Amino acid sequence: MKKQNRRDFLKSSISIAGAATATNLLLPKNTKASPENILSNDRFGVLVDTTVCIGCRKCEWACKTAHNLPAGDASDYDDKKVLSKRRRPSPGGYTVVNQYQTNQIPTNVKFQCMHCDHPACVSACIVGAFSKTEYGAVVWDETKCIGCRYCMVACPFQIPTFDFDKAIEPNISKCDFCIDRLKVGKIPACVEICPVETLTFGPRKDLIEVARKKIKNFPDRYINRIFGEAEVGGTSWLYLASSQFEKLDFPKLGKNPAPGVSETIQHGIFAYFIPPIALYALLGGIMWVNKKSENEDEE
Amino acid sequence: MTEEIRAIPMDKKYFTPIVIGLIILAAIGGIFLLLRFLFGIGFVTNLDTQHPWGIWIGVDVAAGVALAAGGFTSAALGHIMNKSNYEVVIRPALLTALLGYTFVALSVCIDLGRYYSIWHPLVFWNGNSALFEVGICVMTYVSVLYIEFLPIVFEKFVGNVNLPGIFSKFNGSIDKLLRVLQRYLSKAMFVFIIAGVVLSCLHQSSLGTLMVISGSKMHPLWQTPILPLLFLLSAVSVGFPMIIMESIISSRSFGLKPEMKVLSKLGKIVGPLLGIYLAFKIGDVVIRKSFVYLNDLNSVSIMFFIELLVGVIIPMRMFLSKEVRKSPTFIFIASILVVIGVLINRINCFLVAYNPPYAVRSYFPSAGEIFVTLGFISLEILLFRLIVKYFPVISIPISMKHKYSIKIK
Repeated sequence: MKKQNRRDFLKSSISIAGAATATNLLLPKNTKASPENILSNDRFGVLVDTTVCIGCRKCEWACKTAHNLPAGDASDYDDKKVLSKRRRPSPGGYTVVNQYQTNQIPTNVKFQCMHCDHPACVSACIVGAFSKTEYGAVVWDETKCIGCRYCMVACPFQIPTFDFDKAIEPNISKCDFCIDRLKVGKIPACVEICPVETLTFGPRKDLIEVARKKIKNFPDRYINRIFGEAEVGGTSWLYLASSQFEKLDFPKLGKNPAPGVSETIQHGIFAYFIPPIALYALLGGIMWVNKKSENEDEE
Repeated sequence: MTEEIRAIPMDKKYFTPIVIGLIILAAIGGIFLLLRFLFGIGFVTNLDTQHPWGIWIGVDVAAGVALAAGGFTSAALGHIMNKSNYEVVIRPALLTALLGYTFVALSVCIDLGRYYSIWHPLVFWNGNSALFEVGICVMTYVSVLYIEFLPIVFEKFVGNVNLPGIFSKFNGSIDKLLRVLQRYLSKAMFVFIIAGVVLSCLHQSSLGTLMVISGSKMHPLWQTPILPLLFLLSAVSVGFPMIIMESIISSRSFGLKPEMKVLSKLGKIVGPLLGIYLAFKIGDVVIRKSFVYLNDLNSVSIMFFIELLVGVIIPMRMFLSKEVRKSPTFIFIASILVVIGVLINRINCFLVAYNPPYAVRSYFPSAGEIFVTLGFISLEILLFRLIVKYFPVISIPISMKHKYSIKIK
C-alpha cells in the first residue's frame, strides 16, 4: 500500500471538511429554514360566545380603526340589514358579523382569522411570509410575500384576502390578532370595544375552562361543543353556539392539523435529500452500464 | 451513396397564414397582459377571494409542466437507457421542453401579485411548502434545459463565427473559445442530463402535492395523498404522446415524411405507461371509496368520466394496437387524446375539483385569461418555428454523396 504523505493527507482532509461543510450548508438549512412552530402553553386566544352577540358591528369599526383602514362614521354600522348578507372578511375589513336564523332568536357570528395552532398558510407559503407566533397570532410579513396566493388555496377557513385590483404591492390581508396592540400590553380592538362581552381575551387554556364551565352551567343555552378546541389541530379563537356550527357557516373539518399530509409527503420525498440523491445515483449507474455495454459492442 | 439522418436548420419560409394568425393571437394576449400590469390581476381575470387560482396556474403552469415532460422522458430513454435510435426526437423534445418551461416561468410571473419579487424563494426558504419545492426545482430545471441546449448552439456557430464590422477580428478567438467550451461541456453533459431527469421527477410529483393541502376544499374524487404519484405517472405517460404529436405536426408543416419508425416504437411504450397510471387512478378511487360520488350525475362526475375515458382508456386501447401505431393519422389522434386527457386532469385538479366553502359564484376564466393563455401558446409555437429555422433541431435524411460518411455523435 502506498504510504500517504502529509501533503496528500492534508489535501484529502481539507476536501472532506469542505464536503462536510458544503453538505452542512445544503442539508439542515433547508429543513431548519422551515418556520418553526413553537407554541407557548400560555398562548392567547379569544372565546366568542355567539349566543351573547347582539350584532352591533362595533368590532368591525374598531378593527378598521385599529388597522388604519377607512372606517367611516360609527353610525354607518347601525344598519342591521347587512347582517343578513353573507359577507366575508375582505382587504377593507378583517372581521365581519353575519346573522343566521337558527332558532327563535337569530344568532350573530363574528368571523375573522381563527389563528390555527398548526396553520395551513404557514406551511404552504413559498417564502415563509406567514408565521405562527409563540403567543398565538398568525401574522404575515409584507417584505417576503410574492403574492402567489397559495395561502388562500391552503386556508381551511378561506380567510386570507388579496388586493386583486392593485397592480403594484398587492397585500395579503387578514386579522393579525392586533399583534401591535398586544405588544404594548393592550387587548385586541374588537375585544376591547365589544359592549356585551361576546368576546373574551385570555390564555387559550383558561378560555377552554371557561367555555366548559359555561356549557356545564347552561346546558340549554349551548350545544356541547367548543369549535376550535380540536378542529384542524386547534385554533386560538374558540366559539360557543346554541346550534350546530355547520348551520352557522362554519366549515366541516377534521381534527388533523390543517397542513394535513402534505408536509409528511414533502418531507418523505426530501428526507435529508436521500431519495433525490439515490435516484441520481441509480440513473447514473444505469447510464454508465448502458454506455459501457455499447463500448464493448463496438470493440 | 449512403443515407444518414441529420439535424439541420429548416430553412423554409417563416410567414405562412397560420403563422400570421398566431402572431395576431399573441398580440391580443399581449394587450390583455399589458392591462394586467397596469390595473392589477382582478382587472383582466375572474379571480376572487374564493378562487385565488385560475387557468394561468391550472393550465399554463400545471398542464404546461406536464406537457413539457417529453424533454425528460426522451432524455431518459435516449441518453440514460442509451437508445441511440431515438436521437431524431430528442432535440425537438428538448426544444419543446425548454420553451414550455420558459413559458411556465413566465406564466407564474404574471400570476404573481408581486411579480418583481419572484426571486424571493431563492432567499427566503420554506422547506414545508410544496410550492417552494416546485419553484426551486423549476428554476433549476430551466437552467439545466438551457445548458442541455447549448451543444446545438455550439454546433451552429463553431466554424461559423462571423461577426459584423470591426468585431470580425475576434472571429478566430471566439471560435477557439466556443470549441473549448464545447469540448468541456460534452464531457460534463451527463451530469446535467441525469440532473434534468431527477429534477423533473421531483417537481412533477410535487406539483401534485400542491393541492393536497387544500384538504376538503378539493373534491374527494381527486383529493388523495397519492396525488404526487398520479401527477408523476401521468407526466411520464404524456411525454411520448406529446413528442409524437409535435413531431407529426412539424413534419407536416415542413413538408417532411413523419419518422414513423421511431414514433411507432415510442408509441409502443405509451400503452403500458397509461395502463400503470390507470391502475393507480382506479385503485385510488376504489381504496378511498370515493367512487360513491360517481353515483350522482353532475358536472364534477362527468368531468371525471371524460378525463378517464377520453384521456386514458381510449388512447391506451389505441396505443396497444399495432395498426394504430403504424398509421400516422391514428397515432396522431391517440397522442392528442392523451395530451387532452392530461390537460383535463390538471384543469380538474386545480379548478373543477376546487370547491371553496364560501363561494357565491363558480369560476369560469375571463376572456383576458383565455387570450393570455392562447397568446402564450401561440408565442411558444412561433418561437419553436423560429429556432428550428436557424438551429439544427429537426432531423431529416441526408444523402451522403461522398465516399466517406461523417459519424455524428
